Amino acid sequence: MKLFVTEGSPQCVKVLAALEHTGVKCDVQLLSQEESIVSFLSRPVLPAALLPSGHELFSANAICQYLFEVGGKEITDASRQLLEWEATELQVMIRITVFPYCDHFPLVLLQALHVAVLQGKRSEAGMLLKNPLSWLEQHLSGKNTSFLTAETVEVADIVLWAALYCILSDAAFEAGELRSVRSWFERVSQLPACAKAAQKILPGKESNALKNFLQKQPASHAQRKENLPSQTEDTEHVMTEEEIEEAAQAWSKGLPECHEPIERHHPVLPKEGKRNVLVTSALPYVNNVPHLGNIIGCVLSADVFSRYGRLRGWNLLYVCGTDEYGTATENKALEEGLTPRQICDKYYAVHNAIYKWFQIDFDFFGRTTTQQQTEISQNIFFRLYERGFLNEDIVEQLRCENCQRFLADRFVEGVCPNCKYPEARGDQCDKCGRLINAVELKDPLCKVCGQTPVIRTSKHLFLDLPKLEADLEKWLEKSVNTGDWTTNAKQITRSWIRDGLKPRCITRDLKWGTPVPLPEYSEKVFYVWFDAPIGYLSITANYTSEWEKWWKNPQQVELYNFMAKDNVPFHSVVFPCSLLGAQDNYTLVNHLIATEYLNYEDTKFSKSRGVGVFGDMAKDTGIPSDVWRFYLTYVRPEGQDSSFSWVDLALKNNSELLNNLGNFINRAGMFVSKFFNGCVPEIVLQDEDKRLIAQVSWELKQYIQLMDKVRKRAGTVTGVSVNVACLLSAVLEPYMPTVSQTIRAQLQAPDNCASAMLGAEGCFLRSLPTGHRIGMVQPLFQKLESEQIEILKKKFGGQQPEEETPTGKGPSNKTSTTESKPPTAADLKASVSAADPRESQTAGYS
Amino acid sequence: MKEERQKREHLAKQGQRALKEANEAFKALPMTPSDLHSTAHVPVLQNSNGSTLAGLATISSHLVNKAKKKELLGDSAEQRAVVQQWLEYRLTRLDYCSKDEVKFILKELNQFLVDKVYLAGNKLTLADMLMYHGIHHIIMELAVQQKEKYFNVTRWFDHIQHYPGLRHHLTPVIVLRNRVYPRGQH
Repeated sequence: MKLFVTEGSPQCVKVLAALEHTGVKCDVQLLSQEESIVSFLSRPVLPAALLPSGHELFSANAICQYLFEVGGKEITDASRQLLEWEATELQVMIRITVFPYCDHFPLVLLQALHVAVLQGKRSEAGMLLKNPLSWLEQHLSGKNTSFLTAETVEVADIVLWAALYCILSDAAFEAGELRSVRSWFERVSQLPACAKAAQKILPGKESNALKNFLQKQPASHAQRKENLPSQTEDTEHVMTEEEIEEAAQAWSKGLPECHEPIERHHPVLPKEGKRNVLVTSALPYVNNVPHLGNIIGCVLSADVFSRYGRLRGWNLLYVCGTDEYGTATENKALEEGLTPRQICDKYYAVHNAIYKWFQIDFDFFGRTTTQQQTEISQNIFFRLYERGFLNEDIVEQLRCENCQRFLADRFVEGVCPNCKYPEARGDQCDKCGRLINAVELKDPLCKVCGQTPVIRTSKHLFLDLPKLEADLEKWLEKSVNTGDWTTNAKQITRSWIRDGLKPRCITRDLKWGTPVPLPEYSEKVFYVWFDAPIGYLSITANYTSEWEKWWKNPQQVELYNFMAKDNVPFHSVVFPCSLLGAQDNYTLVNHLIATEYLNYEDTKFSKSRGVGVFGDMAKDTGIPSDVWRFYLTYVRPEGQDSSFSWVDLALKNNSELLNNLGNFINRAGMFVSKFFNGCVPEIVLQDEDKRLIAQVSWELKQYIQLMDKVRKRAGTVTGVSVNVACLLSAVLEPYMPTVSQTIRAQLQAPDNCASAMLGAEGCFLRSLPTGHRIGMVQPLFQKLESEQIEILKKKFGGQQPEEETPTGKGPSNKTSTTESKPPTAADLKASVSAADPRESQTAGYS
Repeated sequence: MKEERQKREHLAKQGQRALKEANEAFKALPMTPSDLHSTAHVPVLQNSNGSTLAGLATISSHLVNKAKKKELLGDSAEQRAVVQQWLEYRLTRLDYCSKDEVKFILKELNQFLVDKVYLAGNKLTLADMLMYHGIHHIIMELAVQQKEKYFNVTRWFDHIQHYPGLRHHLTPVIVLRNRVYPRGQH
């Protein structure tokens, strides 16, 4: 054990006296007051003890207790009570000096020493200590023992004696009649241990050591705070005078004269000399209503980015649409008694309405079941075919004659060939976990009708990925190194290539799909994963006949793909292989942005169990779409899966939006309205304002923290504030477009202010000059009450208890197949098709 | 006069709060002291033999002993000292600390908990229990961003609040398992 003490500190007298008294062996080191031993404390504290186990003690009382225990004395309740009293009543004096509106408590004993020793006002010190000393007097006079708790010296005696030593050893100190206290004090003072400790820590008669110590010790928490080193972690960007001056001048110039806000003229086409950006978000699968995870995973992320890009003055096109072909749609049609086309029309409208409500600003939101899709897919197919990148192979499949169709793997059930489990699925056995080829199942049964399927051979076409691997790797290396690929996108791609590429079947025995344009394949369509990504091209072709200017123009166009992580391989490996093999100068992805999954209150979103918020329900909650956008981007699952939480949503709305953002903008506007007749007041920038402007220019976030500190000169501050509000409206536009417009409308800010400030390198400009008349200022946000949130939480929490499903490991965007009651045929179809990985992955968001 | 009244009312309120908290904390032990009351804001325990004990840390330690759960005070002299030190820290630093002080307390605890699961040793002790109760109202108010900044405190807090029987009337605080903000920023 090691003990660190410093001269002049009564706390150190405690530990040395205890050490001497107990006779414990220990290294003692005398340090100066500023030396820091306990690393996690924000200010140096002495005494400190380093225990053999590596524990650090920084409380003198705890050190004394430890020494007494090691010395063989148990700590009694009575001792403990006096130690607690000493720490809380004598030192800090919580009990006696409670002022209702005072948020800190004086360090009473220190203060008393300050006035007595440094200022020589002993009677004032006596007043300060009157209450605790008379309590001690009472306590002692009621005892008939020689010491505080017993006939022998205990830890409490040492601690209290040392604490009061400097006060009570001063003969001139007056604090009323303290007969018992004084005689107890004398008895303890005569102990050799105490005398020795006092001598060591407080040497000399003039109490110089104590004075030195006190001069460096602030006597209240408030003063302590000032003495602390300024927090380094919150440091602001250090700016030079020139930087500040430059920023202030740029700001004062105001908006450029004729900077017209950029208007969008459709069709947007790549322009020479411009940054031409093509943005896609993964095509949502049509037969399901998207949930919040789908929305943040693709369309919203891409929308925020597109809005931002447009503000920055890029020439940007954002396309998306519904992915409509495949078994899932056929099943849904069967289930609802409609044709696949009717199903697609119905759900396309649902999707469209949801994204409109979320203010997803697509340049075009199309669909994959179009003539253009057929033409472009078949063109790419033929080019691959002609160049020898497609192989034919015979595949054995189970076919249900009763249902008149080939059965997807999960539509078959039978006896596992390995473990004889009777309910093994067509792709995997749930019991032994082994992968199964559906035709190997014993006694297979069609899951829909229960009939026995037969084995039929069927000819299929395969995309020869191994043959394209060299081209792919060459392109990948360039794209990944020059573009912006998220970490998960890079990892998933790498692991796919590392595991080796195999030929992939691109045809299926289905009706609802893009027909394969070869006579012997007339009964077959393209597998969705092959033609769904082609949807990006065909949707653009539906938008403009000049689509090739975007899609066959890698020299001029930068392509951004937004998606959730399960879609990565199809965008980074499979689809690029199709396009590379077609050898038609296609635009390939430059930046691949993949999110992780968003969970719902730590469980998965599940349509079948009614867990989670789905796109069409968000509107019914009464929470504005801007707040949804804000919160979803706030919890966007970037590094790892994240969770949607109602309580957190309310907290964010009420704190970040309402309290911080809303109040700031509202106040700035209100001040202009109320005190300056609705016109922006005269602005005379002082150093502080210039610094502020520079800071805002440098980083807006830092500004918000600074804001509270600046409220002295009403006119200028108000003027700068409404201008900051204006900048905020510009920066918020991608996230909360309605709020952004509302702010600008309330301030009657010029339309071009957003693009002017965000263009080029970005610069904070004075958008509202002196004399500018603002409009009506009204609150922007509403508080979300906890009752309201509780109701919503219940409503979307599903019928089953939450703890049933622990945090989802799997994709949040798949409908769960865990059903407690026997599933009906319709349920089964829905869950089966959604769980089929090949179906859902290309489509992405089933 | 008015000030005097306010002061008294305030004291009474503090007293009730402390008493309530002490009561709650003691429910974790298999006994509920019926003879607990308070003067000012400090809880006082009246024993059957007429003797009294005052102070949250003192009474809690006493009850822990009485309930034969000595291990909650620490397994060794060292750990017992560490437990008492954190009890003192709670009473003198955490309780009634000013708004500015909160930051430093969180920072200190966060730093301390970097490589620790509990405040003292490798087991739950009275220090964790009382610190949890004392810091709850502060953690409740933290934004996601701050919870991430004081990541170790949040982790410790979440761990303690999930201890069976410890949370009592206190609202559970939602802790996201994942970081929203990139490390090293903010």
